[in-house]
Amino acid sequence: MSQESAEHAEHIVSYKTLVGVWVALLVLTVITVAITRAELGALKVWSALAVASVKSALVIAVFMHMKYEARLFRIILLVALVTLATFIGFTFFDVLYR
Amino acid sequence: MSHEHKDNVGAKLGMWLFLFTELLLFGGLFILYSVYLSRYPHEFTSAGKELNVVFGTTNTVVLLTSSLFAAMAVTSIKRGEKKTTLSLLVATLACAATFMVIKYFEWTAKIHHGIYPGSPKLAAGPPGESVFFSLYYITTGLHGIHVLIGGALLAWIGTKVQGGRLNAGNNVMLENGTLYWHLVDLVWIFIFPLYYLIL
Repeated sequence: MSQESAEHAEHIVSYKTLVGVWVALLVLTVITVAITRAELGALKVWSALAVASVKSALVIAVFMHMKYEARLFRIILLVALVTLATFIGFTFFDVLYR
Repeated sequence: MSHEHKDNVGAKLGMWLFLFTELLLFGGLFILYSVYLSRYPHEFTSAGKELNVVFGTTNTVVLLTSSLFAAMAVTSIKRGEKKTTLSLLVATLACAATFMVIKYFEWTAKIHHGIYPGSPKLAAGPPGESVFFSLYYITTGLHGIHVLIGGALLAWIGTKVQGGRLNAGNNVMLENGTLYWHLVDLVWIFIFPLYYLIL
């Protein structure tokens, strides 16, 4: 019985939402190609990475159902991202200020 | 009817933990890339210009579309639309194949121009360029292997949907398979700007 109630609680993402996210991802792809064709210097790297992060957030939240999962999933996602950010951060402390 | 114990949340949690190890694996390659980019900015720029933005953009669109089909497959199986699920999985695999064919042409063109790890042309050029192309081959190569594994995984899961073993009430395996597929897409979302666009 408890299994059945768990299934009822299961969230089904509509086709409409999924297609909406896909359109947003394509628009963001066009934006990222367009802004990196312009000569923006260092800003180019950061803007491209910012767009990539927004795209990832959309994929993780909707395509990968993170938005509809229990809080524990978001906590471990945060732990993984903080770990990666720490690796990147400490590597660059070493590389830039050696 | 057997009462097999199913823990969907546990299964998905396990899948996510595995995906985090994948994230750190590719994260390591991105760290290498950014460290060498800061060491050889000019060589990376001239080497990066050799990459074909049209191939890169096309493959981005192909992978994003494959992710849409994979996500739709999860929706359709939960609604009990078996035929739609199978068509969507076939569409996902078609995108995966398209991606690999484009990658094949891209790599073949590079190798034809004498650009491959350890090639005489790269050995004679500046060290930064050979570092760039080594990282390019290992990152896109490892990603390509993930595309192949993900495609095989989804094909195998498709046979289970076909046989009725995965259905509206029991579909966590399909969900986990698509999670892996989306990870492949996520990694490409970062490979694309780093290698094809910012240089």
